[in-house]
Amino acid sequence: MAIRVESEMHRRRRSQNFGVAICLVLFIFLMMGLSFVKLTNSGPVEGYDHAPRPSMEETELK
Amino acid sequence: MAYLTEHNTDYDPVFSDYIALLKPRVMSLVVFTAFVGLMAAPISLHPVEAFCAVLFIALGAGASGALNMWWDADIDAIMVRTKTRPIPSGRTSSDAALGLGVALSGLSVLMLGLASNWHAAGWLAFTIFFYAVVYTIWLKRMTPQNIVIGGAAGAFPPLIGWVAATGSVSIEAVLMFALIFMWTPPHFWALALFMRSDYDDAKIPMLTVTHGRKSTRRHIMFYAILQSALAVTLAFTSVGGMIYLTIALICNSIVLRNASLIWLRNEADAEADNFKFERSFFKFSLLYLFLHFLAILAEALLSPYGLGGW
Repeated sequence: MAIRVESEMHRRRRSQNFGVAICLVLFIFLMMGLSFVKLTNSGPVEGYDHAPRPSMEETELK
Repeated sequence: MAYLTEHNTDYDPVFSDYIALLKPRVMSLVVFTAFVGLMAAPISLHPVEAFCAVLFIALGAGASGALNMWWDADIDAIMVRTKTRPIPSGRTSSDAALGLGVALSGLSVLMLGLASNWHAAGWLAFTIFFYAVVYTIWLKRMTPQNIVIGGAAGAFPPLIGWVAATGSVSIEAVLMFALIFMWTPPHFWALALFMRSDYDDAKIPMLTVTHGRKSTRRHIMFYAILQSALAVTLAFTSVGGMIYLTIALICNSIVLRNASLIWLRNEADAEADNFKFERSFFKFSLLYLFLHFLAILAEALLSPYGLGGW
């Protein structure tokens, strides 16, 4: 017979670990969702590449 | 291997003990009022952004609750109402509460700043500081006005929700703050009237202890009048309307009646019926706040259909 005594301490630790794991997974999904919403709502993201481009010139004209 | 033998196994909390450290009942009020503040604002957020804003405001409130439990563990162990909390009942250590409170404070402020704006994050940081340091550590055990001051911390969530949506403070946000601010003291003084030995035993300078019970009854009446005036004033701002005004008039008539019953009676009568009016005032004031904010929410949700607002 395998020796496998599960104490109260193990049960409590497992509860902690599962709780923290679920929170972390939910947090990751939340951050993904928030990033997606922020990026899609903020319009095109264009970095300055040291060369004039039509979209910049149009903005300056306005 | 020394660390294995030195590890303290006296405290091995289950996950729900950490949740209990965040005062989930207070958090539910925070979630609701912050959500209403956010929904009533003239600028609407994307649902995911709104969800994040309310979540991080609630997390900030939970963090300040954990810090409150860390500091107040000694008096929580004395009071019947609080002795089953995780620290006094021995389920968690006070160090765990401190760690959780500090970590969640930082996380909630940072995330609210990134998810909404830094103005709202600043208000959240101030609220946590105000509740944990100004109220819990500094003033709670010093002054009988502790409930009045502490009430301010609980009143900020709708204002933070509003700022998360609009980026600025307005008269509507200030009035929503003021309504909860004025609602808090009579709510807790009514509780102190019928849970009297608790605060006496813990030596917290509640108004009932320092100024007497008759004075507390007078204070309840005075604050009920201020609270009613503010509640009705809010009806005539952009977040009010006929629905809110009707609810406010009905609820405030009941509150003023209940407060006058508490004010006019003496201790012998109160003890004879086991503080019937004080208990009913306390219970109704919970419903009172819920109904006011529900009415503001109804006005906001119905206004696109031409039904809410003025």
